[in-house]
Amino acid sequence: MAEFSLPNNSKILKGTYYKDKTGSKNIKKVNVYRWNPDDGKNPRIDTFEVDMDDCGPKVLDILFKIKNEIDSSLTFRRSCAHGVCGSCAMNVDGINTLSCIKSHSDIKGELNIYPLPHLKVIKDLIGDLSNLYKQYESIQPWLKTSKTDTEKQEILQSQNDRAKLDGYYECILCACCSTSCPSYWWNGDKYLGPAVLLQAYRWISDSRDEEKKERLKKVADELKLYRCHTIMNCTNSCPKGLNPAKAIGSIKKMLATS
Amino acid sequence: MEYDKNPLTPHLQIYKWQISSLLSITHRITGVINALAISLICIWFLFTINNEKILFENILNSFFGKFISISLCWTFSFHILNEIRHLIWDAGYGFDLKITKITGYATLILSFLLAIIIYFLGVSL
Repeated sequence: MAEFSLPNNSKILKGTYYKDKTGSKNIKKVNVYRWNPDDGKNPRIDTFEVDMDDCGPKVLDILFKIKNEIDSSLTFRRSCAHGVCGSCAMNVDGINTLSCIKSHSDIKGELNIYPLPHLKVIKDLIGDLSNLYKQYESIQPWLKTSKTDTEKQEILQSQNDRAKLDGYYECILCACCSTSCPSYWWNGDKYLGPAVLLQAYRWISDSRDEEKKERLKKVADELKLYRCHTIMNCTNSCPKGLNPAKAIGSIKKMLATS
Repeated sequence: MEYDKNPLTPHLQIYKWQISSLLSITHRITGVINALAISLICIWFLFTINNEKILFENILNSFFGKFISISLCWTFSFHILNEIRHLIWDAGYGFDLKITKITGYATLILSFLLAIIIYFLGVSL
Protein backbone atom coordinates (compact mmCIF):
# COMPACT_ATOMS: atom_id res chain seq x y z
CA MET A 1 0.00 0.00 0.00
CA ALA A 2 1.29 3.39 -0.92
CA GLU A 3 2.25 5.66 1.93
CA PHE A 4 1.11 9.18 1.16
CA SER A 5 2.58 11.02 4.13
CA LEU A 6 6.22 11.41 5.03
CA PRO A 7 7.77 9.14 7.69
CA ASN A 8 8.54 10.75 11.05
CA ASN A 9 12.23 11.24 10.40
CA SER A 10 11.44 13.04 7.14
CA LYS A 11 8.96 15.63 8.41
CA ILE A 12 10.20 19.05 7.38
CA LEU A 13 11.00 21.65 10.04
CA LYS A 14 11.42 25.39 9.74
CA GLY A 15 15.07 26.27 9.31
CA THR A 16 17.24 29.35 9.49
CA TYR A 17 16.29 32.67 7.92
CA TYR A 18 19.25 34.35 6.25
CA LYS A 19 18.56 38.06 5.99
CA ASP A 20 20.00 40.03 3.10
CA LYS A 21 23.14 41.94 3.99
CA THR A 22 23.73 43.81 0.75
CA GLY A 23 20.87 46.28 1.24
CA SER A 24 19.60 45.59 -2.26
CA LYS A 25 16.01 46.43 -3.15
CA ASN A 26 15.63 43.60 -5.64
CA ILE A 27 15.36 40.66 -3.26
CA LYS A 28 14.05 37.17 -3.94
CA LYS A 29 13.22 34.81 -1.10
CA VAL A 30 14.59 31.36 -1.84
CA ASN A 31 13.43 28.38 0.24
CA VAL A 32 15.84 25.48 0.09
CA TYR A 33 15.45 21.95 1.48
CA ARG A 34 18.36 21.12 3.80
CA TRP A 35 19.37 17.94 5.54
CA ASN A 36 22.67 17.26 7.20
CA PRO A 37 23.51 13.58 7.78
CA ASP A 38 25.82 14.50 10.68
CA ASP A 39 23.55 16.40 13.07
CA GLY A 40 20.83 13.75 13.47
CA LYS A 41 18.01 16.26 13.05
CA ASN A 42 15.01 16.28 10.71
CA PRO A 43 15.22 17.99 7.31
CA ARG A 44 14.49 21.73 7.35
CA ILE A 45 13.68 24.55 4.97
CA ASP A 46 16.17 27.39 5.05
CA THR A 47 15.12 30.72 3.61
CA PHE A 48 17.70 32.90 1.89
CA GLU A 49 17.19 36.48 0.81
CA VAL A 50 19.10 36.75 -2.44
CA ASP A 51 20.10 39.97 -4.19
CA MET A 52 18.77 39.54 -7.72
CA ASP A 53 20.59 42.60 -9.12
CA ASP A 54 23.81 40.66 -8.94
CA CYS A 55 22.78 37.17 -9.97
CA GLY A 56 22.81 35.12 -13.17
CA PRO A 57 19.57 34.18 -14.93
CA LYS A 58 19.32 30.51 -13.96
CA VAL A 59 18.19 28.77 -10.78
CA LEU A 60 21.64 27.19 -10.58
CA ASP A 61 23.15 30.69 -10.45
CA ILE A 62 21.07 31.38 -7.35
CA LEU A 63 22.34 28.19 -5.71
CA PHE A 64 25.93 29.14 -6.51
CA LYS A 65 25.37 32.63 -5.15
CA ILE A 66 24.04 31.19 -1.90
CA LYS A 67 26.93 28.74 -1.67
CA ASN A 68 29.56 31.36 -2.44
CA GLU A 69 28.20 34.28 -0.44
CA ILE A 70 25.78 33.10 2.24
CA ASP A 71 26.15 29.48 3.32
CA SER A 72 29.03 27.46 1.93
CA SER A 73 27.67 24.22 3.40
CA LEU A 74 24.81 24.11 0.86
CA THR A 75 25.24 20.87 -1.08
CA PHE A 76 23.98 20.09 -4.57
CA ARG A 77 25.13 18.19 -7.65
CA ARG A 78 26.10 20.02 -10.80
CA SER A 79 28.55 19.58 -13.59
CA CYS A 80 28.12 20.94 -17.12
CA ALA A 81 25.73 23.83 -16.28
CA HIS A 82 24.03 23.84 -19.68
CA GLY A 83 21.59 20.97 -19.66
CA VAL A 84 23.72 18.17 -21.05
CA CYS A 85 24.89 16.11 -18.07
CA GLY A 86 21.71 15.88 -15.97
CA SER A 87 23.48 16.27 -12.61
CA CYS A 88 21.58 19.27 -11.29
CA ALA A 89 18.09 17.72 -11.59
CA MET A 90 15.94 18.96 -8.72
CA ASN A 91 12.42 20.07 -7.88
CA VAL A 92 12.10 23.77 -8.65
CA ASP A 93 8.78 25.49 -7.98
CA GLY A 94 6.99 22.14 -7.73
CA ILE A 95 8.20 20.59 -10.96
CA ASN A 96 11.31 18.52 -11.57
CA THR A 97 13.77 20.15 -13.90
CA LEU A 98 17.44 20.88 -14.48
CA SER A 99 18.30 23.94 -12.41
CA CYS A 100 20.95 24.95 -14.96
CA ILE A 101 18.46 25.56 -17.76
CA LYS A 102 15.55 26.78 -15.63
CA SER A 103 15.19 30.55 -15.64
CA HIS A 104 14.21 32.00 -12.26
CA SER A 105 12.59 35.10 -13.71
CA ASP A 106 9.51 33.06 -14.83
CA ILE A 107 8.85 32.18 -11.21
CA LYS A 108 6.86 34.80 -9.35
CA GLY A 109 7.06 35.18 -5.58
CA GLU A 110 9.17 32.92 -3.42
CA LEU A 111 11.28 30.26 -5.04
CA ASN A 112 11.05 26.75 -3.58
CA ILE A 113 13.87 24.32 -4.22
CA TYR A 114 13.62 20.68 -3.15
CA PRO A 115 15.57 17.57 -4.09
CA LEU A 116 14.00 15.11 -6.54
CA PRO A 117 10.88 13.65 -4.90
CA HIS A 118 10.58 10.33 -3.04
CA LEU A 119 14.27 9.50 -2.80
CA LYS A 120 16.46 8.85 0.20
CA VAL A 121 18.30 12.10 0.77
CA ILE A 122 22.08 11.94 1.03
CA LYS A 123 22.63 15.59 1.85
CA ASP A 124 20.64 18.77 1.13
CA LEU A 125 19.58 18.61 -2.52
CA ILE A 126 21.19 15.27 -3.30
CA GLY A 127 18.99 12.18 -3.50
CA ASP A 128 20.04 8.55 -3.78
CA LEU A 129 19.44 7.27 -7.31
CA SER A 130 21.05 3.84 -6.96
CA ASN A 131 17.71 2.04 -7.40
CA LEU A 132 17.18 3.77 -10.74
CA TYR A 133 20.68 2.86 -11.91
CA LYS A 134 20.10 -0.77 -10.93
CA GLN A 135 16.89 -0.80 -12.94
CA TYR A 136 18.70 0.81 -15.87
CA GLU A 137 21.26 -1.99 -15.74
CA SER A 138 18.44 -4.56 -15.69
CA ILE A 139 17.22 -3.58 -19.18
CA GLN A 140 20.74 -4.20 -20.55
CA PRO A 141 21.22 -0.89 -22.36
CA TRP A 142 23.75 -2.03 -24.89
CA LEU A 143 23.66 -3.32 -28.46
CA LYS A 144 23.15 -7.07 -28.72
CA THR A 145 24.14 -8.77 -31.93
CA SER A 146 25.21 -12.22 -33.11
CA LYS A 147 27.47 -10.70 -35.77
CA THR A 148 31.18 -11.32 -35.37
CA ASP A 149 34.54 -9.91 -36.51
CA THR A 150 34.46 -7.61 -39.52
CA GLU A 151 30.68 -7.75 -39.75
CA LYS A 152 30.45 -6.31 -36.28
CA GLN A 153 32.82 -3.43 -36.93
CA GLU A 154 30.16 -1.29 -38.53
CA ILE A 155 26.49 -2.22 -38.56
CA LEU A 156 24.76 -0.08 -41.11
CA GLN A 157 21.44 1.55 -40.49
CA SER A 158 19.12 3.29 -42.94
CA GLN A 159 18.20 6.92 -42.37
CA ASN A 160 14.62 5.90 -41.68
CA ASP A 161 15.65 3.38 -39.04
CA ARG A 162 17.95 5.92 -37.48
CA ALA A 163 15.13 8.46 -37.35
CA LYS A 164 13.14 6.02 -35.19
CA LEU A 165 15.55 6.75 -32.35
CA ASP A 166 14.95 10.49 -32.47
CA GLY A 167 13.32 11.71 -29.29
CA TYR A 168 14.74 8.75 -27.37
CA TYR A 169 18.51 8.74 -27.74
CA GLU A 170 18.68 12.31 -26.39
CA CYS A 171 17.75 11.16 -22.88
CA ILE A 172 20.45 12.12 -20.39
CA LEU A 173 19.09 10.03 -17.48
CA CYS A 174 18.67 13.01 -15.17
CA ALA A 175 15.78 11.14 -13.44
CA CYS A 176 13.43 14.15 -13.53
CA CYS A 177 10.71 12.03 -15.14
CA SER A 178 10.98 8.93 -12.97
CA THR A 179 10.95 10.91 -9.75
CA SER A 180 7.94 12.95 -10.91
CA CYS A 181 5.83 9.83 -11.44
CA PRO A 182 3.36 8.96 -8.63
CA SER A 183 3.36 5.32 -9.75
CA TYR A 184 7.12 5.29 -9.36
CA TRP A 185 6.79 6.85 -5.89
CA TRP A 186 4.49 4.06 -4.70
CA ASN A 187 6.04 1.14 -6.59
CA GLY A 188 9.58 2.28 -7.29
CA ASP A 189 11.04 -1.03 -6.16
CA LYS A 190 9.21 -2.97 -8.91
CA TYR A 191 7.96 -0.51 -11.53
CA LEU A 192 10.78 0.50 -13.86
CA GLY A 193 9.67 4.11 -14.21
CA PRO A 194 9.57 6.41 -17.25
CA ALA A 195 13.31 7.00 -17.63
CA VAL A 196 14.24 3.32 -17.74
CA LEU A 197 11.25 2.39 -19.91
CA LEU A 198 12.15 5.14 -22.39
CA GLN A 199 15.64 3.64 -22.54
CA ALA A 200 14.15 0.16 -22.94
CA TYR A 201 12.11 1.45 -25.88
CA ARG A 202 15.20 3.07 -27.37
CA TRP A 203 16.86 -0.38 -27.56
CA ILE A 204 13.69 -2.20 -28.65
CA SER A 205 13.32 0.16 -31.62
CA ASP A 206 16.98 0.04 -32.67
CA SER A 207 17.14 -1.75 -36.04
CA ARG A 208 20.69 -2.98 -35.34
CA ASP A 209 19.68 -4.81 -32.17
CA GLU A 210 18.82 -8.50 -32.60
CA GLU A 211 17.08 -9.16 -29.31
CA LYS A 212 13.95 -7.09 -29.77
CA LYS A 213 11.65 -10.01 -28.86
CA GLU A 214 13.57 -10.93 -25.72
CA ARG A 215 13.66 -7.29 -24.65
CA LEU A 216 9.90 -6.95 -25.11
CA LYS A 217 9.27 -10.19 -23.25
CA LYS A 218 11.42 -9.07 -20.37
CA VAL A 219 9.67 -5.75 -19.94
CA ALA A 220 6.12 -7.16 -20.36
CA ASP A 221 5.22 -7.38 -16.71
CA GLU A 222 2.25 -6.21 -14.67
CA LEU A 223 4.54 -4.32 -12.31
CA LYS A 224 7.53 -3.42 -14.46
CA LEU A 225 5.53 -1.82 -17.27
CA TYR A 226 1.80 -1.64 -16.62
CA ARG A 227 2.04 0.50 -13.49
CA CYS A 228 2.11 3.34 -15.99
CA HIS A 229 -1.34 4.94 -15.96
CA THR A 230 -0.50 7.76 -18.38
CA ILE A 231 -0.45 10.38 -15.64
CA MET A 232 1.92 12.36 -17.91
CA ASN A 233 3.93 13.96 -15.10
CA CYS A 234 7.02 12.52 -16.82
CA THR A 235 6.48 14.28 -20.14
CA ASN A 236 5.48 17.47 -18.34
CA SER A 237 8.74 17.54 -16.42
CA CYS A 238 11.31 16.35 -19.00
CA PRO A 239 13.83 19.20 -19.31
CA LYS A 240 14.96 17.88 -22.69
CA GLY A 241 11.41 17.97 -24.09
CA LEU A 242 11.26 14.21 -24.64
CA ASN A 243 8.13 12.11 -24.27
CA PRO A 244 8.55 9.08 -21.96
CA ALA A 245 4.77 8.58 -21.84
CA LYS A 246 4.75 8.07 -25.58
CA ALA A 247 7.64 5.61 -25.37
CA ILE A 248 5.78 3.57 -22.74
CA GLY A 249 2.60 3.78 -24.82
CA SER A 250 4.57 2.48 -27.82
CA ILE A 251 5.87 -0.50 -25.81
CA LYS A 252 2.33 -1.31 -24.64
CA LYS A 253 1.07 -1.06 -28.20
CA MET A 254 3.88 -3.30 -29.52
CA LEU A 255 3.00 -5.91 -26.90
CA ALA A 256 -0.70 -5.67 -27.68
CA THR A 257 -0.21 -6.06 -31.43
CA SER A 258 2.57 -8.66 -31.57
CA MET B 1 26.64 2.98 0.81
CA GLU B 2 23.16 2.26 2.13
CA TYR B 3 20.83 5.19 2.70
CA ASP B 4 17.81 3.26 4.00
CA LYS B 5 17.69 5.15 7.28
CA ASN B 6 17.98 8.58 5.66
CA PRO B 7 14.88 10.77 5.38
CA LEU B 8 12.63 10.51 2.36
CA THR B 9 12.45 13.60 0.19
CA PRO B 10 8.95 15.16 -0.01
CA HIS B 11 6.81 14.05 -2.95
CA LEU B 12 3.00 14.47 -2.98
CA GLN B 13 3.41 17.34 -0.53
CA ILE B 14 5.39 19.54 -2.90
CA TYR B 15 4.72 18.35 -6.44
CA LYS B 16 2.71 20.81 -8.49
CA TRP B 17 -0.64 19.54 -9.76
CA GLN B 18 -1.10 19.67 -13.48
CA ILE B 19 -4.24 19.15 -15.55
CA SER B 20 -2.94 15.72 -16.60
CA SER B 21 -2.24 14.41 -13.10
CA LEU B 22 -5.44 15.95 -11.74
CA LEU B 23 -7.58 14.26 -14.40
CA SER B 24 -5.75 10.98 -13.84
CA ILE B 25 -6.56 10.83 -10.13
CA THR B 26 -10.12 12.06 -10.81
CA HIS B 27 -10.48 9.22 -13.32
CA ARG B 28 -9.60 6.72 -10.60
CA ILE B 29 -11.87 8.24 -7.99
CA THR B 30 -14.86 8.48 -10.36
CA GLY B 31 -14.18 4.85 -11.37
CA VAL B 32 -14.48 3.70 -7.76
CA ILE B 33 -17.60 5.83 -7.18
CA ASN B 34 -19.25 4.50 -10.35
CA ALA B 35 -18.56 0.88 -9.44
CA LEU B 36 -19.98 1.38 -5.95
CA ALA B 37 -22.95 3.39 -7.21
CA ILE B 38 -23.92 0.82 -9.85
CA SER B 39 -23.72 -2.02 -7.32
CA LEU B 40 -25.74 -0.14 -4.72
CA ILE B 41 -28.41 0.95 -7.19
CA CYS B 42 -28.74 -2.62 -8.49
CA ILE B 43 -29.02 -4.04 -4.97
CA TRP B 44 -31.57 -1.36 -4.08
CA PHE B 45 -33.66 -2.18 -7.17
CA LEU B 46 -33.51 -5.89 -6.36
CA PHE B 47 -35.20 -5.26 -3.06
CA THR B 48 -37.60 -2.59 -4.25
CA ILE B 49 -41.21 -3.71 -4.50
CA ASN B 50 -43.71 -1.93 -6.72
CA ASN B 51 -45.47 0.06 -4.00
CA GLU B 52 -42.16 1.65 -3.03
CA LYS B 53 -42.04 3.44 -6.35
CA ILE B 54 -43.42 6.55 -4.69
CA LEU B 55 -40.69 6.48 -2.05
CA PHE B 56 -38.11 6.19 -4.82
CA GLU B 57 -39.51 9.21 -6.63
CA ASN B 58 -39.68 11.19 -3.41
CA ILE B 59 -36.02 10.54 -2.74
CA LEU B 60 -35.06 11.53 -6.28
CA ASN B 61 -37.04 14.77 -6.02
CA SER B 62 -35.52 15.83 -2.70
CA PHE B 63 -32.60 18.23 -2.72
CA PHE B 64 -30.23 15.51 -1.51
CA GLY B 65 -31.48 13.08 -4.14
CA LYS B 66 -31.05 15.65 -6.91
CA PHE B 67 -27.53 16.42 -5.73
CA ILE B 68 -26.58 12.74 -5.69
CA SER B 69 -28.08 12.00 -9.10
CA ILE B 70 -26.46 15.05 -10.75
CA SER B 71 -23.14 14.09 -9.17
CA LEU B 72 -23.45 10.54 -10.45
CA CYS B 73 -24.31 11.85 -13.92
CA TRP B 74 -21.08 13.77 -13.82
CA THR B 75 -18.90 10.91 -12.52
CA PHE B 76 -20.30 8.71 -15.29
CA SER B 77 -19.80 11.23 -18.08
CA PHE B 78 -16.32 12.17 -16.88
CA HIS B 79 -15.21 8.56 -16.58
CA ILE B 80 -16.58 7.66 -20.01
CA LEU B 81 -15.02 10.68 -21.76
CA ASN B 82 -11.64 10.25 -20.06
CA GLU B 83 -11.73 6.54 -20.87
CA ILE B 84 -12.08 7.47 -24.55
CA ARG B 85 -8.96 9.59 -24.09
CA HIS B 86 -7.20 6.56 -22.60
CA LEU B 87 -8.31 4.37 -25.51
CA ILE B 88 -6.84 6.87 -27.98
CA TRP B 89 -3.58 6.75 -26.01
CA ASP B 90 -3.66 2.95 -26.11
CA ALA B 91 -3.97 3.16 -29.88
CA GLY B 92 -0.75 5.17 -29.82
CA TYR B 93 -2.04 8.68 -30.52
CA GLY B 94 -2.35 11.95 -28.65
CA PHE B 95 0.75 11.81 -26.47
CA ASP B 96 1.96 15.22 -27.56
CA LEU B 97 2.04 17.57 -24.59
CA LYS B 98 -0.11 20.22 -26.26
CA ILE B 99 -2.67 17.65 -27.42
CA THR B 100 -2.94 16.06 -23.97
CA LYS B 101 -3.64 19.50 -22.53
CA ILE B 102 -6.31 20.24 -25.12
CA THR B 103 -7.98 16.83 -24.77
CA GLY B 104 -7.74 17.17 -20.99
CA TYR B 105 -9.59 20.47 -20.82
CA ALA B 106 -12.03 19.29 -23.49
CA THR B 107 -12.81 16.19 -21.42
CA LEU B 108 -13.44 18.31 -18.34
CA ILE B 109 -15.74 20.81 -20.07
CA LEU B 110 -17.61 18.18 -22.09
CA SER B 111 -18.11 16.04 -18.98
CA PHE B 112 -20.16 18.83 -17.37
CA LEU B 113 -22.17 19.32 -20.56
CA LEU B 114 -22.79 15.59 -20.89
CA ALA B 115 -23.80 15.37 -17.22
CA ILE B 116 -26.43 18.09 -17.73
CA ILE B 117 -27.74 16.40 -20.89
CA ILE B 118 -27.96 12.98 -19.20
CA TYR B 119 -29.69 14.45 -16.15
CA PHE B 120 -32.34 16.32 -18.11
CA LEU B 121 -32.89 13.37 -20.45
CA GLY B 122 -33.41 11.23 -17.35
CA VAL B 123 -35.80 13.73 -15.79
CA SER B 124 -37.87 14.11 -18.95
CA LEU B 125 -38.35 10.34 -19.33
